[in-house]
Formats: sequence, C-alpha cells, structure tokens
Amino acid sequence: MPPKKSSWSWRSRAARGLAYQVVAIAVIAMIVWFLASNTLHNMRVRGIQSGFDFLSQPAGFSIGESLFPFDSAESYWRAFLVGVSNTLRVAVAGIFLSTILGTLVGVGRFSRNALVRGLCYGYVECFRNIPVLLHLLMWYLVLTDLLPAIQDAWHVGPFFLSKGGVNFPVPVWHPGLAWAIGGLFAGAAAAGLYRAWARRRFEETGIARSVFWVPVLLVLACVALGWLAGGAPSLVDSPEKGEFAVENGGALTPEFLALLLGLSTYTAAFIAEVVRSGIASVPAGQGEAAAALGLDRGLEMRLVMMPQALRVIIPPLTNQYLNLTKNSSLAVAIGYPDIVSIANTAMNQTGRAVECIAILMAVYLTISLLTSALMNWYNARVAIKER
Amino acid sequence: MSRLTPHWLAAGIAALAFLSSAPAMAGKTLDGIKSRGQVVCGVHTGLAGFSAADSSGKWSGLDVDICRAVAAAVLGDAEKIKWVPLTAQQRFTALQSGEIDVLSRNTTFTLTRDASLGLHDTVVTYYDGQGFIVPKKSNIKSPKQLKNQTVCVQSGTTTEKNLTDYSKANNLNIKTVVFEKEEAATAAYFAGRCISYTTDASGLASIRNKVATNPADHVILPDLVSKEPLGPMVRRGDDEWFAIVKWVIYGLIEAEEYGITQAKVDELKNSSQDPVVKRILGTGEDAGKLVGLDKDWMVRALKATGNYGEIFERNVGPKSALGLPRGINNQWNKGGLMYAYPVR
Amino acid sequence: MNRAGYQPIAPRPAPADTGGPWAWLRANLFADWKTATSTLVLGGLLLWFVPRLFDWAVLGAVWSADLKACRAAEGAGACWGVITEKYRIIIFGRYPFEQQWRPLVATVLMLAMLIASCTRAFWRPWLAVLWVAVLAVFFVLMYGNTPGLARVETDRWGGLPLTILLATLSIVMAFPIALVVALGRRSDLPAIRAFCTLYVELIRGVPLISLLFMASFMFPLFMPQGLTIDVLIRVLVGITLFTAAYLAEVIRGGLQAIPKGQLEAAATLGLSYWQTQRKIVLPQALAMVVPSIMNSFISVFKDTSLVSIVSLYELTGALDMAINADADWKPFKLQGYVFIAAIYFIFCFSMSRYSRWVERQVNKSRMR
Repeated sequence: MPPKKSSWSWRSRAARGLAYQVVAIAVIAMIVWFLASNTLHNMRVRGIQSGFDFLSQPAGFSIGESLFPFDSAESYWRAFLVGVSNTLRVAVAGIFLSTILGTLVGVGRFSRNALVRGLCYGYVECFRNIPVLLHLLMWYLVLTDLLPAIQDAWHVGPFFLSKGGVNFPVPVWHPGLAWAIGGLFAGAAAAGLYRAWARRRFEETGIARSVFWVPVLLVLACVALGWLAGGAPSLVDSPEKGEFAVENGGALTPEFLALLLGLSTYTAAFIAEVVRSGIASVPAGQGEAAAALGLDRGLEMRLVMMPQALRVIIPPLTNQYLNLTKNSSLAVAIGYPDIVSIANTAMNQTGRAVECIAILMAVYLTISLLTSALMNWYNARVAIKER
Repeated sequence: MSRLTPHWLAAGIAALAFLSSAPAMAGKTLDGIKSRGQVVCGVHTGLAGFSAADSSGKWSGLDVDICRAVAAAVLGDAEKIKWVPLTAQQRFTALQSGEIDVLSRNTTFTLTRDASLGLHDTVVTYYDGQGFIVPKKSNIKSPKQLKNQTVCVQSGTTTEKNLTDYSKANNLNIKTVVFEKEEAATAAYFAGRCISYTTDASGLASIRNKVATNPADHVILPDLVSKEPLGPMVRRGDDEWFAIVKWVIYGLIEAEEYGITQAKVDELKNSSQDPVVKRILGTGEDAGKLVGLDKDWMVRALKATGNYGEIFERNVGPKSALGLPRGINNQWNKGGLMYAYPVR
Repeated sequence: MNRAGYQPIAPRPAPADTGGPWAWLRANLFADWKTATSTLVLGGLLLWFVPRLFDWAVLGAVWSADLKACRAAEGAGACWGVITEKYRIIIFGRYPFEQQWRPLVATVLMLAMLIASCTRAFWRPWLAVLWVAVLAVFFVLMYGNTPGLARVETDRWGGLPLTILLATLSIVMAFPIALVVALGRRSDLPAIRAFCTLYVELIRGVPLISLLFMASFMFPLFMPQGLTIDVLIRVLVGITLFTAAYLAEVIRGGLQAIPKGQLEAAATLGLSYWQTQRKIVLPQALAMVVPSIMNSFISVFKDTSLVSIVSLYELTGALDMAINADADWKPFKLQGYVFIAAIYFIFCFSMSRYSRWVERQVNKSRMR
C-alpha cells in the first residue's frame, strides 16, 4: 500500500482558521499579561498589600440589617455572607412581587374595559421610561418624608409603621415550631398527591375536582396539626414603643421597602410588556376558537392563551429576573446593606480594591448563572420540540 | 533569545518588559507639577469651612488654603491649582494612582492608611474627634443614651468603624444605616430616619450650619468618642514631595508661633532680626533650597494664605460661620497641640 | 305565491348602533356587570384623585423662584420654583456659568443629528461624514482650549449634555465591538467562540455598577505609571464594554434568524466568509433587530444615571448636587425629581415610539 498522503495543506481553510485562533489567543494573552503585570508592579511600588487573607480578620463594622445576627468582631467573609443574604432577600421578594404585578398588568392590557387597558398602558410607559436609580431615590424620599416620625408611629395592634419601617411581631423559636414546619412539608406532599389524583380522575371520568382550594386547605390543616402536636407554642416577640424608636419584633426598614417597591414596580412594567408580547404572539385563531367554545375571557386567558404564551414569555422573563437581581446593586445609594455596599466598606477599610471587586463580580456571576440554569431547565420543559 | 524564537515574539516581550518596568516614582511628583504648571489637589466635594466651592467655582476652606500655600511655595502662584473633588470612596485610589498630587480632604491619619494603602500622613492640620448630632427635642445628652437606636453614617470613613467600636465597648447595640454619599446620610438624618448622625465634630458643625433648615433645632453632643487627627496625605515613594508638603505646613504653624502674619510678611522680611523669623522668610539661611525649592518659598506661601492661625480664623474659627473654638488646635505654648518642628 | 295577498310584515326596529360614542362606551366600559363595576370603582377613584393632583401640580403651584411663596404653599401646591431657581445647575452641572451657551449649542446640535439619523430622508452616505463633523464640533465646544473658547476640564461637564454624550458615544463605539463578538460567537473556530462567549457571559452576569467601580478604582492600577486616564474616558470604556455585550446578544439573535438556505446559497455563489457576512447576512440580520437595538439605546440612556455614583454629575447627580447643599430648597427635592423624571420620560418615550414605528415598517409584510 502506498503511504497515505497527508491531506493537510497550509493554504487550506483549516490552516487559516488555526492561524487566526493562535493569533487571537496570543493577542489576548499578551493584553492580560500586560494588565496583570502593571497591576502587580503598581501595587508593589506603592506598597499596597494584596491577597485574600483579610477575609478571616474581624470586620470591625456592624451591618444595619441582616437575616442572622452579625457582630462586628466576626470575620470579613461572614460580613460578605450577610451581604449576599441581603441581596438574595430583596431579589427573591422582588421577583415574586414583580411577577405577580407584571402579570396582572400585562393581562390587563387585554381587558375589555378601556379604563383598565388605559391605566395599564399608562403604568407601563410611565415606569419603564424612568431610570431605576431615580425610582429608588424617589421611593426613598417619599417613604422617609411621608411616614410619621418614629415617636408618633402609627400602630394597628402589634404592627407599627413609621420612619423606622414596618415593625411586626415575630414568633419566638420553640421546638414546637419545628413540628409545624414538618407539617408544612407533609401537607405540601399530600397536596401534590391529591392534585395528581384529581387530574387523573378528571382525565378518566371528566369530573372536575377542585385543584386549588382543597390542596391549600390540606396544607393549612397539616401545619395546624403539626403546631398542635408541638405543644402549640404561641410566644411572639412583639414590637413596642420605646423612648426613641420601636423596639423588639421584626422590622422591614424603609431602605428595604424602598428598594423592594422601587425594583418591583420598575421590573413589573417590563414583565408586563413581556407578558403582553407573549400573549400577542399566540395566534388570534386560538382566542376566536376559545370564544366559539363558550369560554369567558378569564377561562380563555387561563386555559388557552397563557399556557401557549409561556413558551414565548420564559426567556425574556429570565432576563428580567436577572436584571432585577443586578439592579438591586443600586441599594448602595439608599443605604441598604447589600453585597455591593458591604464590599464597598470592606474595600475602604482594607484597601484591597482588586480582591473586593473580584468577590463582588463572582457573587453576581454565580447568582446569574444559577438563575439562568434554572430558567433554562424550565424553558426546556415547556418548549415545543422541533427538529 | 535562542534563534528558534521568532523575532516578533522577542520584540513583543521586550516591548512589554519595557512598558511594565517603569522607574519608581521618586522625584516624579515635583517634576510633574513643574511641567504641568499646576498642583493637582484632591479636596472634599463640599464641606463648608474645609473645602467648598461657591456657585462661581471658587474654592475656599481650611484644606483648600493648605493646598494654596503649597502651590504658592512650589510654583509661586496660589491659583495654579487644579481642584479635584473626591468622595470618601474615591480619595485613596485617586492618590494612589497618581491622579492627584496631594489629598487635602480632612482625612484621618490611621495605621491602615499609612501602612497598607501606600500613602503617607504629612502633618496634622486639625485635631478633631468624632461626635454626634441629635435633634434638640429628643433630649439626648450623651451618646450613651443611644442604646438600640439607629444612627446614620457615611460609608468608607473611619466614622463607621469608630461607631461600631464605641457601640461594642459600651454595649449599645447601635443599628447603623450606611449610605454611600454623605448628602444621602445627612438627608436621612434630617428627614428623621435616624435619631442621630455621626462624623467628625468639625463636619457636624459645618453640616448643621449649611444643611439644617433650622440649626437651632439640632444639638451637637459634647462627648467625642474618638481621636481624629486630620491632615493632608501624599503617596509613598516620593520622599522629596513628602518633605515639601510637610515642611510648608510646619512653616505655616511656626509662622504663627513667631507672629508672622500675612500683612506683616514684607515688613518682617526686611526688618526682623529674629533668626527664626529670618530662616522662615529666607533672609537668613536658605531652608527652601534644602527641600528643593528656593529661599522665598515661605514668603510666597504666607503672602498667599497667611499663617496657620489666620487660616483657622478665616475658615473655621469663632468668628467664621462654623464658629469652632481654637481648643486643642492652638499653639503648644498656648495650651494646644500644634507643635511645629523647627524650620531649620 | 298569491301576488294579491302579499302582506308585508311590520318593519323590525333598526339594529343596535355599533358605531359612535355611546356604542364605544357600552362595549368598552359597560360590557357586562364585572366591567361596569370596575369602571365605576376606577372611575370614582380617578375622579377623586385627578382633580386633586391637578390642583397641587398646576393651579396651586408656585412657578416663580420665590422661597417664601413656596414655603407658604407647602402641602397645598407644588413648588416648581425650585426648578426655576436651579434649572441651570440641573441641566448643565458644574459647567462655568457664563459659558453655558456652549453645552446648550452642543446639545442641540447632537439632538438634531440624532433626530436626523432617525428620519428616512437623511439615510444617505454623507450622514456618516456629518456625524464625525458634529462629534468634533461637540468636543471643541465643550472642551474649548481654542482661541475664543476657554478651556473647561471634563470633570466640569455635567447634566443633560453629559447624559447624551455618554449614551451616544457608548452605543456608537459599542456597535463594532458587538458585531465582531456576535460573529465570533457563531464562528466555527473554538478558541474565538470560547473568548466571545466568555466575554458576553462575564459582562452580562455582573451589574453595571460593579463595572463602573472597576473602571474608576482599578483602571489606574492597570495602566503603567505616569499614564492617567481622564475619568470620563474610563467611565465611557466601562459603559461601552457593558453595552457591547448586550448588543452582541441582540445581534446574535438576528443572525440566528437568518435561514440556513441563505448561507448555503452564498457558498454556492462562491462568496467568502466576510463577503457573505457583509453582503447577505448582516443587512438582513441588522434590519430585523433594529427595534431591539433601539431598546438597548433606551437602556443605555437610562443607565447613564448610574455614573452619578462614581461622581460624574450627569442629570441625576447634578440634581443631588444642586439641592442637597442648599438647606432652603431641600424640602422641595421631590419636585426636582419629578422634573428630571419628566426629562427622562420625554426622551425614552420618544425613542420607544420611534422603535415601534421602525418595527411596523420592517414587519409591513406580516401585519394582519
């Protein structure tokens, strides 16, 4: 057998492609090396210390609000953890609120009532066209100006509303509550089983059974049973009017409220547009067919339009959720201690600008990638399978 | 380089090596200033009495006057300055990166700043302490009454850390509300969000005067909870410039000690027989040459701004809008802490 | 049929009116009892609220810069006097007072160019040349340093001109980068595809504010010593890199929508990669995504408000600077916010209507 002639040619497309890639890698590597060596040299000459060892040192600053107690003697990485929990707190609450509000407004754009249609359109246009920073600043100004001074807080029973925020009673931890939480899980499982059974019976016999109220009642009943089984603990930490402020109890600060309301209303306007375009993308024949079947507007929206619109809605909705999470970084302007604010403080106290910004970007990247992955999985579940 | 390495690779590596191994900064600041014809001075964005610009863009204040004295000493003209207003977060990176030559922004000298940020403290121009401002009708008389209260503070300052230290030491469990910008922090305090606002006592006086709708409604508590020695800072690595800034300030302080005022500079230059005065004004030994300037360096500085006492009186003194007493910022022989190293 | 016995039946009543205002009201506001109830409730709320708002904002408001009148009207009327008093600082930032005609002229020129670029009549080759000329004139007017115009450093630039400059320049500079990155992400060469994907995902995963922090705090460390970059350029680079990542995704969406047949036909005709892109793919793809590009422009315009956090005083920062330091006018800060919200609204709303017009033009063939 004659030896196989190599088919590699330096003039071929593959060779050119290889050359381009080598050049691109070399150029990018040189740029990165240039920047990195400059940075290291500058930091050495100016005596700026670097490294991540500062993370284990005591932070030395306290944080205004957090989900779990934080003391200034704890380390910097715990402070960062508090920051991440604060960011997630406002992001999750914001995503819930904005989805609900946005869906309502988006569906409202298709209402039969011209007034509702007009108001929804006005809402979307007004809130979309103003920068989110301006939203936050205005909400914060309104909240701190309009709410009564702390000394004259409004109160309804154990709930207080003042410039110090919303104060509410918090149950004191007791092992009996663990029973209640166990009941919650048991109830959720039971509700899931009931729903599956009800759907199966509907497919077989055509008899519709309640798939919403009965499961909800089931969950509540299981929680109540668990609570009773745990000894019915009822101790709550109630807020009470102190000398200058409302003390004890749980609190939602005006910073958190301003951030939540500002972000939710802003993102809801975008979600309304996404929902509207999703519903508009469903072929008009579907709506006509639903009307021919005698479904009223509410059932038509719920059973025909929305499930089909979901496929178009999910990818841009993911984008909006990511935007909301990233916009929460503006909390630093109104005094809410999210991860950016804490990284800022750490940067100022230790001088490690490069490390702190790197941690910040890593946190946001992780949150973004996780949210994208979750929504991609959901998207794949509802997508139409094509070739 | 072995002959297997392509020429272009060798040239590229050499070029990068050249670019990244720039010489150290020694001596460069003064050369840069002279070639630019300007001193670049980092100041506060707007703190009445220390550095604030009026609506026509003219800067005034204690920190501003220190910079003008330095510019007059180095370049001969107190107006040859580029003012760079900086927030608390930007000030150190601006100095580290070379964007400004000197940071005159009522900055506290601390170990962290001196040792780990690559900066040098020069001379304390104002001995201050951290205080609290509260509404008069709250009847709070001492910071110890702030147990479990909310206090507004600005991020990026020693204030935040001091507040936490004080709260811990006295078991006060103070809740801090931290704002990025000082204006947002003071706005929140005046709106009633927090029961108190804390910063250096001199800053409190300035804010109460300028920002409060009714200054009489607010009280600055007399207790100071920390030491805040404020003064200008320069970069590490340039000892020459460090010496210039340091000794211009000592010159201003010693001028007050020896009675050299702005009005009397020429007269004393011609007629004084006191060897210390002659040394400061350059008619005796030439101290200016030793720091790298000429013999009229302090004459120019004093003519531009006056001595330390005059700077103090004009900007923050009892007769100014801030109305702060001389207190510990007086000369050492009058009971204060201003002790100029001898200009000789 | 018996002709003589033809009895005409009684005429039926005319059909219900389906046109005219009453019919519209019936169909849109009072169609069924649910709609009627919500109309009554909402209508009642609006009737209660809108006259009060009108009273506060227009009738009882103080329009002149009179502090005493404003204080007297507090609560009952809006104090638009704070705008009359401070509008020059809000719109022009810290620009020297007497020279403010320069940013005014520069902004008007830039706005005229933007509007011209949007109208079909101006889509000629010389538009690009005109753009370069107008940008040059803009910088000369703002910076000065020529005989007749005093020099004004970039840190004095602020307000509306700065907002428009940042938004326009960052989109213009981000476009070529985005094009290259979008093409690179769809390329067959794995190294280039990896870099482009990494760039886009990295930049899209972080908030703009962290990029701005990086630009203002870390850029000076990246540069060799002695080289200081103007803060405006640093911020511009940060916003441009951010915008380019989002624009790249938008363009990639358009590229994906091109049917594979187009590429195969181009290959059959013997066109090279770059010829295919230039002549076949990009004209179709870009035309398809113009509305999304407009959306990106609107986002960038709004995102310029973030540079106030790294203390460049564009519109939002200029308002803070104007009112925070002035104890007299501070109680009326909300009116100031409403004013700049109105400015942003006018710009963004016009841009979104324009984008909808473009969308309709492009989709004329598919309208139902």
